Amino acid sequence: MNTAINLMNAAILAGTPLLLATCGEILTEKSGSLNLGVEGMMYMGAVAGLAGAWYAEQWFRQGGILAVLFAVLFAFVVGALGGLIYAVLTVSLRANQNVTGLTLAIFGTGFGKFFGEILGLKAGGFVSVNAATKGAFGNIKMGALSDIPILGTILFKYNWMVYFALLVAFVMGWFLNKTRKGLSLRAVGESPGTADSAGINVTRYRYVAALTGGGLCGLAGMYMSMVSQKGIWVHDCVSGYGWLAIALVIFSTWSPMRAIYSSIIFGGLTVMYMYVPIPGLPAAIYMMFPYIATIVVLIITSIWQSKEHAQPAGTGLNYFREER
Amino acid sequence: MTDPELKKEHTTDNGNDICPPAFEPLVCEIREPLVRIAKRGVITTRHRIIVYIVSFFLALVVSGLLLLFIGKNPISVYSNMATGAFGTRTSAAETFRFAIPLLISGIAIAFAFKMKFWNIGGEGQILAGAIFTSYVIMSSIQGGNRIPYIPLQIMMLLMALAGGALFGFIPSFFKTKWGTNETLFTLMLNYIAIQFVKFLQQTKSWQSPRSSYPKIINFKEASSKVPLPKVFGVHIGWIFALVIAVLAYFYLKKTKHGYEISVIGDSLNTARYAGMNTRWIQIRTMIISGALCGLAGYLQVAGADYTLTDTTAGGIGFTAITVAWLAKLNPFVMIPVSIFIAMLKKGSLAIQSTMKVPASAAELLTGIILFFMLGSEFFIEYRLIFRRRAGKADASLEEVSV
Repeated sequence: MNTAINLMNAAILAGTPLLLATCGEILTEKSGSLNLGVEGMMYMGAVAGLAGAWYAEQWFRQGGILAVLFAVLFAFVVGALGGLIYAVLTVSLRANQNVTGLTLAIFGTGFGKFFGEILGLKAGGFVSVNAATKGAFGNIKMGALSDIPILGTILFKYNWMVYFALLVAFVMGWFLNKTRKGLSLRAVGESPGTADSAGINVTRYRYVAALTGGGLCGLAGMYMSMVSQKGIWVHDCVSGYGWLAIALVIFSTWSPMRAIYSSIIFGGLTVMYMYVPIPGLPAAIYMMFPYIATIVVLIITSIWQSKEHAQPAGTGLNYFREER
Repeated sequence: MTDPELKKEHTTDNGNDICPPAFEPLVCEIREPLVRIAKRGVITTRHRIIVYIVSFFLALVVSGLLLLFIGKNPISVYSNMATGAFGTRTSAAETFRFAIPLLISGIAIAFAFKMKFWNIGGEGQILAGAIFTSYVIMSSIQGGNRIPYIPLQIMMLLMALAGGALFGFIPSFFKTKWGTNETLFTLMLNYIAIQFVKFLQQTKSWQSPRSSYPKIINFKEASSKVPLPKVFGVHIGWIFALVIAVLAYFYLKKTKHGYEISVIGDSLNTARYAGMNTRWIQIRTMIISGALCGLAGYLQVAGADYTLTDTTAGGIGFTAITVAWLAKLNPFVMIPVSIFIAMLKKGSLAIQSTMKVPASAAELLTGIILFFMLGSEFFIEYRLIFRRRAGKADASLEEVSV
């Protein structure tokens, strides 16, 4: 029982960055842009979040909430910058979406590692945030709620970003399915030509979606550096989570609500080897599980293709009004 | 068209005439947008080259601003990179050694990308080749080193090709059968290959007995039959690479297979309609693509590293995408491009020690240059027409007709 609860805790903690990045990518893909650069934007956000927190500590001589605010701001803006580069190239300059996304992944990874090291040099060899900031990213106790046996441990003992990610998923589900703008956004992704003739500004929707999506990926990256690594720079901190998020978009069939449980499942798969050791199975082989699971999911979803749960029809294609 | 029909078109459902009874002159302001985009009719080579040079220059400027931002002089960083990469005989040899796997896997990627098969699993395919080669080496060493040099090398090579081909075949099989997303499939295979290497590093019989850290033995120390010979200071992989560039060029441009690949890339339905066996063509091409990456893995193990680690591929599979795309998937152009990217890599290793600029600068610079090259395509195919002042309207009309 204890193992199950511990695994559940770890799965939710590991699933949170996946959920944030998946939501960001769902928004981007719903608008018709297949941005494969999630890994890159996460690296950008990871280093920017850490830099934001660290600089806030230097400027204001204190950590905690202020440092968190700066981390969030920096991570979101820099992640959105990645989305902006992507949008300028694919929406305005009509570059190939696949290659642009892959380049963004390479660029962002380089960006993160480069500035991570620069930050280390600036901080005198090793960058680390102070205890107050670390605490602000740590688990919160919610009084009596956290003390409920089992349920309290499973639901009410996480850092604020877990609840924030859930909120993002709910808001995005509501936005996409229940609002006028969400409908327009989906129209842009399904059939930009139709949306354009209905007077929807395709370019603006794609830009805003790519920027917001990038910002969310940036926050997901910040989670990796500030929560998972506890506010120090680790060279491989994102380690493929961005790519898993792209797979999760497919697994959750472009629905932020389904992304919630699928990210917890995948979060669980990435940490399971630590909690449920299988005798005789080497850890290195065990750690292949999330990747194998992704492949299985890809194959199964491709076999059971359904119109309702498919990629938006316009995704991956650039829209040129004069070439309709 | 008869009269009632005409009337019907101009009336609303309840029969009211929506046309204004009398025609008044329509007064409205025609606003020309500030910038219009028009496709160019003819694209001259000169124009193309100018755009490339300008965008490359702009990429260097933007990277330079980034370097200024961290307090480094961009000019001295660039010149230090160049001397770091080509300053001495040894550094030049190492730069060329970096370029070999980049060129080969760039060509491999081009095979896949030509038919719009987004193979980003170069990394895994290189590792698969390296793993299979290492299996041959390990069994030869454990069997007492009795296999002579040439047969051993041939076995290593063939196994590497098979390993890479297998990793190319699997995703293409599912892609062509059910349309399984190949981008993520090939990517996940990268991680599986890396984990498998980590598993081998933990395997006792593969480890070096003297090392406390879990790593695979050095093949060069264990057997004199592993290292590839050197020609002009670089292992003979560079001859392989150049030969492959020539062969690939002819295969893609001059053979039926190459033609089939281009048709599939342009339109899968056209290929199907023309009666091509699209499924087999895609699988076949991915087997070639994977096998070439496997070859790069073989050269890394037998020519460069003499061991197998989880960094044997070390990002080559991803950088190869950049090489292939910068060269417009042309194998000949990939030769200078791969040397240039290798120069960035070697140069950034140099500036890390001499100027305290992190080596990840290579990835950053590659990314920026590729961003600009991707963007430059637009200015080659389209032109921007800016709004003129009222008096010059006629001139702009004239220009459009040119």
